[in-house]
Amino acid sequence: MNTPTGTRRVLVTGLGTFWGGRVAQALELDPNVEVIVGLDTTEPTVELERTEYVRVDANYSILARIVRAAQIDTIIHTFLVVDPTTMSPRAMHEINVIGTMNLFAAASAPASTVRSVVVKSSTIVYGCAAQDPVWFTEDTPPSRPAQRGVERNLEAVEGYVRDFAQDNPHVTVSLLRFSNVVGAEIETPLTRALQLPLVPSLAGFDPRFQFVHETDVIRSMLFVLNRNLAGVYNVAGDGLIPWSEVARICGKRTVPLPPIGTSLLTGPLARLGVVDLPEEYLQLLRFGRGVDNARLKDAGFRYGFTSVAAVQAFIESVRLRNTIGTGQPSYRYERDVEQFFRHSPAVIRD
Amino acid sequence: MSESDIPRPTTEATEATEVTEATEATEATEADRAGDWLIERALSGPRPGSGALVPLAVDHSSADSEVGGEHLPGRVSDVDEWGRSEHMRAIARRLYDPVYSKWFRAEWEGLEHIPTSGGALIVANHAAAIPSDAPVIIHGIEKELGRPVYGLADNFFRRLPFVGTLWSRLGGLPAHPDNAYRLLSEQGQLVLVFPEGSKGPAKTYSERYQLRRFGRGGFVEIAMQAGVPVIPIAVVGAEESMPTLFRLPSIASVIGAPYVPVTANMLALGPLGAITYFPAKFKLRVLEPVEFNVPPGQDRYSQSRVMDWSEAIRDRIQNALYDMLRSRESVWFG
Repeated sequence: MNTPTGTRRVLVTGLGTFWGGRVAQALELDPNVEVIVGLDTTEPTVELERTEYVRVDANYSILARIVRAAQIDTIIHTFLVVDPTTMSPRAMHEINVIGTMNLFAAASAPASTVRSVVVKSSTIVYGCAAQDPVWFTEDTPPSRPAQRGVERNLEAVEGYVRDFAQDNPHVTVSLLRFSNVVGAEIETPLTRALQLPLVPSLAGFDPRFQFVHETDVIRSMLFVLNRNLAGVYNVAGDGLIPWSEVARICGKRTVPLPPIGTSLLTGPLARLGVVDLPEEYLQLLRFGRGVDNARLKDAGFRYGFTSVAAVQAFIESVRLRNTIGTGQPSYRYERDVEQFFRHSPAVIRD
Repeated sequence: MSESDIPRPTTEATEATEVTEATEATEATEADRAGDWLIERALSGPRPGSGALVPLAVDHSSADSEVGGEHLPGRVSDVDEWGRSEHMRAIARRLYDPVYSKWFRAEWEGLEHIPTSGGALIVANHAAAIPSDAPVIIHGIEKELGRPVYGLADNFFRRLPFVGTLWSRLGGLPAHPDNAYRLLSEQGQLVLVFPEGSKGPAKTYSERYQLRRFGRGGFVEIAMQAGVPVIPIAVVGAEESMPTLFRLPSIASVIGAPYVPVTANMLALGPLGAITYFPAKFKLRVLEPVEFNVPPGQDRYSQSRVMDWSEAIRDRIQNALYDMLRSRESVWFG
């Protein structure tokens, strides 16, 4: 059994994604983390010092072998796609549902060494409907059955997480549901919408939004890991802000889209590459969503950013980026170079 | 990325975070704080993208984040977590006051039963095709007591463009038990609910002042859970301000509305009648608060007790209405 201060051997899924890369970077700085193995179908996009990258197929068929071979005791499952604009529903299902299923199959294999699991889910799982409460707690059920791709994916994923936690009481399973993430680097349909000259909204609707800053996302994952916190936690900044105010904080005006037959307009707009607002987000522009973050705060977590502060920080970094560019050439993973640094006897390590 | 070339975050903010974390050092493990510190450093260190150049604005944090949803620094509107805007309320109060005091000539009785602080659930009878009682009660209490009132209503409102947003800014919110509980118990606010739901305003003129069923007693359960009193109000006048002659259920089911009325106002005033009230005299009587003497915060309460209370409160309002109607000489002059 793992103690909070014991060393860890960590497996990170989705190393090539924003979250996987960031989490691995943060873990590298923790001397208690002995081994970090990162899985993905694509190469890492951030510079990593000691994380081992393993290329796998989208649904992790070789996972059980990796877990056994590396004696993995901690799995951080960040590879859940919640932005439906990035891929087809089928590919998303493959990654989210089938991937998670295989992950937990591997983790619950006989004699498995896995003792903690952290899963990065999203508040999208609560759905978005007129009959919703203003604040969802971790125990509030969705107001109606899951409607669309991401919601249904996450519902299935969380089902696997629950089953796994139930069948493996010796494993600390934490499920984090993140609200709308903004920050210097993360790109979502909302951050793209907020960078347009005019921010789309639905005529006659001005729902309240909640945001969480990307650093709070990483910090919360490490927080539950370090404290061995089991259970479901909402991760979202304090406060709800009307969409019109979000736009104003970003120094933008809103352009109202017709509230009826919206997808007739957003479909062509997406094909023209102007703005891609999938159904989930159109619904959010209609009713908004708030989640109660008290449970994680009661466990001792301090948010660095409120909803407003997160939006401010986001738009400040956008302005800076628009003025001076990204500053540095982006990182490129070179397999041989990485292998050399990690394994060549010629490299002196301390 | 070696540690030496990572600039230490320079804002006092980071110090502030450290301080707050140090205060709870008793429960924080060594690894935990190390993790938090390392991540702060990792995330503010140089890396591809613009992150390196943006100071981590943690200074908006800890101290203020305790305040709750409202009054956070950086806000540029006063819309609270429920969607209510005091600014919008002030405008609405100015515009609505002539309707309240000149058109309906609202008259209160027993206002002292409404507490000046702490949560309370206000329940009243509900009438008129477009209910005129809700704005009168909310406006009246805000005017007389200076306390905001949040009105719970069918989430049908929330689906309507413009109307729904306006409704929300003026203090309306969907009638979800979680919303009511939070407002009453955690925030100690006044919440107005009409237990008859849409069955109240849907009734026709011939059924006036006959209270409908009080739902399943949900309002009693919420008040019990939140540990707040229920304050019943009997309203006379709303029924005559926009009486429904008959309903059009087939149209209602097509457009998804709870009911579609044909009102006397429409017959008398034409299209204008759809939004114009008759100047009926409003009288409101606040009845004795009902305290439940049950431990708050339980998941469920005895259904029979809940229903008994619900019936009892309904009877009190019904009897008060009969009493007020007995002494009413004129629909228009009271």
